[in-house]
Amino acid sequence: MFVLVEMVDTVRIPPWSFQRQLNEAIAEELNKKLANKVVYNVGLCICLYDITKLDDSYIFPGDGASHTKVHFRYVVFHPFLDEILIGKIKYCSQEGVHVTMGFFDDILIPPESLQQPAKFDEAEQVWLWEYETDEGAHDLYMDQGEEIRFRVTDEVFVDTSPTGPATATPDAPAQPGQLTAPPAEDSGEKKEAPYTLIGTICEPGLGLLSWWNS
Amino acid sequence: MLSNYEVFKLLTDLKEQRKDSGKNKHSAGQQNLNTIMYETLKYLSKTPCSRQSPEIVKEFLTTMMPHKLTKAEKLQLLNHRPQTAVEMQLLVEESEERLSEEQIEELIQTVADVLPGDPEQENAAPAEAEMDEGGEQS
Repeated sequence: MFVLVEMVDTVRIPPWSFQRQLNEAIAEELNKKLANKVVYNVGLCICLYDITKLDDSYIFPGDGASHTKVHFRYVVFHPFLDEILIGKIKYCSQEGVHVTMGFFDDILIPPESLQQPAKFDEAEQVWLWEYETDEGAHDLYMDQGEEIRFRVTDEVFVDTSPTGPATATPDAPAQPGQLTAPPAEDSGEKKEAPYTLIGTICEPGLGLLSWWNS
Repeated sequence: MLSNYEVFKLLTDLKEQRKDSGKNKHSAGQQNLNTIMYETLKYLSKTPCSRQSPEIVKEFLTTMMPHKLTKAEKLQLLNHRPQTAVEMQLLVEESEERLSEEQIEELIQTVADVLPGDPEQENAAPAEAEMDEGGEQS
């Protein structure tokens, strides 16, 4: 579920923080910049693991703050393909079942990946599994708040960094070794999730936990 | 790759640290960190990793060595603590080909022995758990 990602970035320490220990000030700045944010093609950053290397700090003309190049490792939420995860059902819609894990919300199980045959009940806005046994068909509802076990089949990263004025060309891509940390949400018209997980419950053992615990 | 236990420990230690130094937790910049820490700890405390320790993890990995599981499979077993054969088959790829039914039972037993379980669950339904395993084996 979690991976350690090595990153490099230049951290700016303002002069009023000079009395603090450099390591603490840098740790705080890095957490302020990255915690709870999605980095494109990396994942959801949780918190700083450790600082591996600190280069020299420089002060540039015109800016009283010190700039330090830091090599560090960050704990990132990035489940691998086919990993099994447990979450809670947030709500159901025509697009599928939306699952949340508390700290991460954008998980979708599309209708094709539900246990077949599945039907969408318009009145109650829930998906249900038409489970056939010898005794007859049972409708197993996927209610809100139920714990659900699913397998990760795909992940989608969307670059939500601001695009600037419509006529200008996009900025040059960030140089290797430097971070761009797009904010988790744009203050624009359409809010697209920067990181979405696609899951499946189409296997024995997957789906609501209550289905498999007798 | 990190196990859930390692992240859980890191976040609990960080929380302790921040509680002790206590000045600027509530400044605007720290709110994100607080949120993600709170939510992740809430999620992880309900998983088996909250009852693990470094010794337990080490013991688990040593016991798992003869079974020739991949790193990802051992990590998932550690994170999920499967109690039934169905869960085992989900976590271990191609379990029908690689493991016989006996071996799956053995794995379930090892997992239940080495990794501490949920005390509420175990007190409430010890008999049911046995019935479960008996039923799913067929």
